Amino acid sequence: MNSRIYYIATNTFREAVRDRVLYNLIAFALLLTGAAVLVGQISIEIEKLVVINLGLTAVSLFGIVIAIFIGIGLVSKEIDKRTLYTMLSRPVRRWEFIAGKFFGLAGTLVVNTLLMAVGVFAAVLYVSRHFAGSDASILTALYFIVLQFVIVTALALLFSSFSSPLLSAVFTFSLFVIGTFAEDLRGFAKLTHGLPGMLATAAAYVVPNFSALNVISQVAHGGPVSSELILYNTLYALVYAAAVLSAAVLIFERRNLK
Amino acid sequence: MNRSRRTTTAAALALFFALGTSSGFLLNRVDQLRTGATLEEVLYISSPKLLKRASLGYSGLLADIYWTRAVQYFGSKHHVGSRQYELLWPLLNITTQLDPHLVPAYRFGATFLSQKPPHGAGDPAKAIQLAEYGIQNNSDDWHLYYDLGFIYYDLKDYLSASDAFERGSRVPNAHPFLKLLAAQTAQHGGELETARMLWTATYQTSHDKYIRANAAAHLRAIQVDLEVPALERLAEAYRQRTGRLPASFAEMNAAGLLRGIPLDPLGTPYKLTQDGRVLLQNPDDFPFVQKGVRQGYLPPVTPKILPSD
Repeated sequence: MNSRIYYIATNTFREAVRDRVLYNLIAFALLLTGAAVLVGQISIEIEKLVVINLGLTAVSLFGIVIAIFIGIGLVSKEIDKRTLYTMLSRPVRRWEFIAGKFFGLAGTLVVNTLLMAVGVFAAVLYVSRHFAGSDASILTALYFIVLQFVIVTALALLFSSFSSPLLSAVFTFSLFVIGTFAEDLRGFAKLTHGLPGMLATAAAYVVPNFSALNVISQVAHGGPVSSELILYNTLYALVYAAAVLSAAVLIFERRNLK
Repeated sequence: MNRSRRTTTAAALALFFALGTSSGFLLNRVDQLRTGATLEEVLYISSPKLLKRASLGYSGLLADIYWTRAVQYFGSKHHVGSRQYELLWPLLNITTQLDPHLVPAYRFGATFLSQKPPHGAGDPAKAIQLAEYGIQNNSDDWHLYYDLGFIYYDLKDYLSASDAFERGSRVPNAHPFLKLLAAQTAQHGGELETARMLWTATYQTSHDKYIRANAAAHLRAIQVDLEVPALERLAEAYRQRTGRLPASFAEMNAAGLLRGIPLDPLGTPYKLTQDGRVLLQNPDDFPFVQKGVRQGYLPPVTPKILPSD
């Protein structure tokens, strides 16, 4: 990573911390502590399952919300505050600005996820008194969640590069929802023929596939995740995010900032 | 801080606490007006498929929430001795469709559904459906075959029970007693010794305090059902020997028919009536007994399940 991207990334990270983004960890800790203590009283034999399901779902949802709401303002805020002009008048290229913002927010989300992961494992230890070998799969689920964040951050940046914050939020969230139905969309494409079939197939490949990146239920039941899936999900998420970032750079390079 | 700001702060604090408390009271009143509405509302969306789609991939957590709702619903109904559990099946159906690998929902759910009211919903057909769906999705869990066999056993369908145990015994790492149970159920289905074997297996293999307490209560009831007729036969033997029924267990002791005063499984002496019948002193402590109770005895609305140990 060149030094300009690195500086923009670290400043984006610092700005997120200054904006008290990491305060969501307090809500997360309260949620998990409450669940770990209460669920044994109100349900039967699912204490560990609830802690894993709730913990990973919360990590995912908190992160998605942060990725969307911080991501959509990454470009527009710099334009509103006119700091973008100062930055671009220095030897910083537009693509470096986009890349730096992306790595800064992705880094914030990784740090946030790591801290939440500590909470998830602490809650698992509290309810089950010891770790089982299958608990290592929780790390895989957390890794897939981070891959989701990488894609959502890239999408938020893409929309932020040409649209208003409100519209960017709507577009990104809509794509997240559609992405969770990606496999249904693919199934629908297989059932239809002609132009609708081709459109559905195209849509199924264009929208991000978030369903393959969600192994929360599987992991909660102690099920293993194949190394092949880990490899292909990693490649898919990185390639997809890179493609989206390329589109963001393309749009931002041509954008008239005057 | 100037005086005006202090006044504003004090007023805001007072308002915050006063209005917060009032909203609590009001919510309480609203709950009283809408008794039972909260749970029924969760079934406004009764399609598991739709719920699964709406969960945006987080169906595992939603299943846990529905399972907790099912437990709460069953518990609240069971507590008041209800004989109607109309929402139990929809809640269990949604739970297991959202997460087909949630084994506790099959195991407890089938028990809740199959047991006769007021112990359960008295719907063994649905319990079998649930257990079979559980086996379909978790075919390597022998407990589910065991539970299915148990439901058939309760229905006195000993061949189906034996078949379920047999299927379970073929699962890798299945408990060895399943093979024994399959044979015992096929040959001696209706006997109390078979029932004792089943409940002993349940008691020994479960770590859940509710299941263990329930199994212990059934085992105590079986013991009473075996002991009471045996004691009554001894009283009859005494009559045949002396020409009259014994007035007390002490007389049977003196005649060499007994050694000591017979005690029920909780350590309380049995009672011998003038007509030679043997009764429990505290039948409410033995919710599943068939023997040792007066004619016309009505068990308590809420069964008394004592802690297992």
